Order: sequence, then C-alpha cells, then structure tokens
Amino acid sequence: MSNRGPLAVAFIAGMLMIGDYFLDWGPLNSYAEWVQKYYIIIAAFAIVLGVASLFKLHLGKLKRKEDGWRYSIVTFFGFFAMIVTGLFMTSGDLTGTKHPWNAWLYTNVQLPLGATMFSLLAFFIASAAYRAFRARSLEATLLLLAACLVMLGQVPILTGGVFESLPEIKQWILDIPNMASKRAIMIGVGLGMMSTALKIIFGIERTYLGGSEE
Amino acid sequence: MIFNFLNLIFQIQIKEGKGPVFLVLVLFICALVFFLDKARKGASFKIRKIAGLDAVNEAIGRATEMGKSILYTTGLETASHIATIASLTILSRVAKRAARYGTRLQVPSFDPIVMTLSQEIVRESYLEEGMIDSFRKDDIFYLTQEQFAYTAAVEGVLIREKPATVFLMGYFYAESLLLAETGNSIGAIQIAGTDAVTQLPFFIVSCDYTLIGEELYAASAYLSEDSSIISSLKAQDFGKALLWIFLFIGSIFTFFGSVKFLSIIGGSS
Repeated sequence: MSNRGPLAVAFIAGMLMIGDYFLDWGPLNSYAEWVQKYYIIIAAFAIVLGVASLFKLHLGKLKRKEDGWRYSIVTFFGFFAMIVTGLFMTSGDLTGTKHPWNAWLYTNVQLPLGATMFSLLAFFIASAAYRAFRARSLEATLLLLAACLVMLGQVPILTGGVFESLPEIKQWILDIPNMASKRAIMIGVGLGMMSTALKIIFGIERTYLGGSEE
Repeated sequence: MIFNFLNLIFQIQIKEGKGPVFLVLVLFICALVFFLDKARKGASFKIRKIAGLDAVNEAIGRATEMGKSILYTTGLETASHIATIASLTILSRVAKRAARYGTRLQVPSFDPIVMTLSQEIVRESYLEEGMIDSFRKDDIFYLTQEQFAYTAAVEGVLIREKPATVFLMGYFYAESLLLAETGNSIGAIQIAGTDAVTQLPFFIVSCDYTLIGEELYAASAYLSEDSSIISSLKAQDFGKALLWIFLFIGSIFTFFGSVKFLSIIGGSS
C-alpha cells in the first residue's frame, strides 16, 4: 500500500501547525483554530468506537461465561444507569447531569470509587519507599538521606537547635540538586519531542502509519 | 502578482518572543537533514546502550516461555500528545516481536482514538510478520476516560490475567505508582517510559527498567536499528550541544552582571 498520501497530509498539516506557532498571519492562525475545533469534534465522535469496543468485550465475556463475567453485568448496569439518568431523565433540561438521580450516582458512587483508588496510593507509596530506601548502595543511601531531610523539613516535628535549619536544607535540596536534575530531564524531553515531531512531519518515522518502515 | 506575493511575505511576522525558538528549530532541522544525508550515504551512528530497550526482547521472550501475555499501556493522554505518539511507535516494534514469537499482546486504552490507532498499528505489525491469523482485535480494547476507573480496570486485568511482561509507555499521572506496584506484585517484568518528570521516581522504584524522559523518544529509533531514524538522535545531541553553549555563555555573562546575552536570546534576567 502506498503511504505517500498520508505522508503528504502529515507533512502539510504539520508544517501549517508549526507555521501557526511561529507566525503572526491571520489566515494561518484561523486555520489552526479551525483544525483544533475539528479535533474536538472528531474526538467526540470517536467515543462511539470506544463504547462499541467496551460493549463487544463485555458481551463476549457474558456469552462465553468467562472468569469474572459477573463484573460485566456491573459494567452494563453502571453504564445504563448513567445514560438513562443523564440523557433521558432530563425533564426538558438538556444538561442532564443536573438531574438529582444522576448527581446522586456521581456523588455517591463514582466520586467515592475514584477517591478509594486514589487513597490506595498511600499504601503503595509506603511499599515502594521501603524498597527504594534500603541503603544497599551509595546512591540508595544518598536517596534515603535526602528523602529523610526533605520529609523532616516538610513536617518539622523536631524543633530547636540544628533542627531549626531543616526547612532551609529541604528547600536547598528541592531548589538546587532536584531542580537541576528536573531541568536536565526537561531539556532532553523538549529536544526529544521536537525530534519526534519532525521525524513524523518529514516522514522519517512511519510506524504510526501501521508499522511500515519503507 | 509577484509584487503581491512579496508584499504578503513581508507582511508575515514572527510572533513576539518566538524568534529564538524559531532559530533553534531551524538549526535543529539543518542538523537533522545533515545527519539524515550522512545516514543515507552509508554512515553508521554509535548510540549508547539503553538497558530498558535492550531488555525488550528478553521481556517478550520471557512471556513466550511462560506462555503468558504481554500488557502494553500507552498512558493517559490523547493521540495529540507527543508522548502517546512515541509510545505508539514503540508499540509497533513490540507488536512485531510479539507476533514473531506468537505471544498474546493486550493493549487497554484510555482514549478511543488511541485505541483505534493501536488496533491498526498492531494489525499491520502482525501482517508484516505474516501472523495476521494470530491477531486478536479484541485484545486492544477501550476502557474509560476516567483516570481512576481506568487504573482500577488495568489493575483488574493485571491481577486476573497475570501477564509476564508489562510495558507502561506514555504520559502518566498519579496512577503511575498504582499500576507499577500492582505489576510488581504479580511478578511481571516491567519496562516503563515517561516524560512526566513527577512520575519518574515511582517508575524507577517499582519497575525493572525505566526510560527516562528523552529515552522514551529515542526508543523507536533504538529498536528500529535503522540508521536514517537513528540519525535523528544525533540531531538531538547537536541540540543539546547548542543549548550547552548557550547556557555556558549565558552563565558567564550573568556572572559578570551583564544581561545583554539574555536580552538577545529573549530571556529574562
């Protein structure tokens, strides 16, 4: 299959967007604005593909009675509950999320479930920190030391004497070595982004077209 | 007509404050073209070893030997995010190897457009390897665009399917540690890559290999072993050298109390 057409589209669209970023020219800037609006519209339509995939996957699980098929019933129940209360029980008001049932489901089901997942982070941080802070090498020992200083500086339980300067030490660690490393990574990321974007625009990298390298 | 065209050209101006970035971009493109030309003339480029990428084959081989699947996630960003695009290019390489070894590859997606792209990329990879019969479209599926619901769903897949290898490539937020620790708890070999600076420590702690920042963008070139794609890494090195020179000159000027250099390159004192 010839890739010339998609490559030409990628090149023209990419160059026009680069042009919009750098140049102050009405027609080009309006074009970029128009493209961004269309991206949102296409993304909204693409949700249909996502929902179809979700349905197919869970219907298949139900049909075949695969392990955990009961969870698929929960998925369908949640899906239809939000659709029905959000889309059809609007009482003429098309902003359906205002319906009390929909709001109730959101506040009492979706939000606590999300918060539960988020709160798991505390336990995972503890287990990850335990592994990371074992002083097995010089680097790990330095990490442990820096982490202890930052934690103590952040929550100054110990006060008086040498401990008075802990917040300053913490700030120095964050502002100097930490910031220097972060910026070094960010410079690399910036160049990597630029390189990836140009590789795609100039057709050097073609894997996004479906794996072909020719 | 020519006069009108020239008049139009002279009317177009570079946006305020974008001049220095434009200059860097032009120099970067020149470097890219130069190294690409060298690559096409047969030059080969030496690049440093990246342990995480050298381990890709080993990780896929492990899944094959254990008769288990591979789980690949492209992160929590849309297709317009450059980290997602980088992740998709790596997915293509991983899918080719998975197809070659006959290993099942699962890709739970956060975004429907990314899911569609992933399906096409994986399908093409299987096709190129002559293994299209092994391609299972349903293994590249959409979950949800809700951050923690997606996390819970991927964790569910990890716990139930117990994949031998997990790839976490792309842009991640707070869910990074939740996913990586769950993967760690099931004993999967994990290769992560992200340009989200705040999430890097979590991956480093919980994963076997982590691609830090630019390594994510270099991964596709590294895995391709194609000198014309690798030439872009040399252009990146040139960019770094250029920035290093700017930083050095700027530091000297600032040290002596002069802000002239900063004002020339559009910086603030």
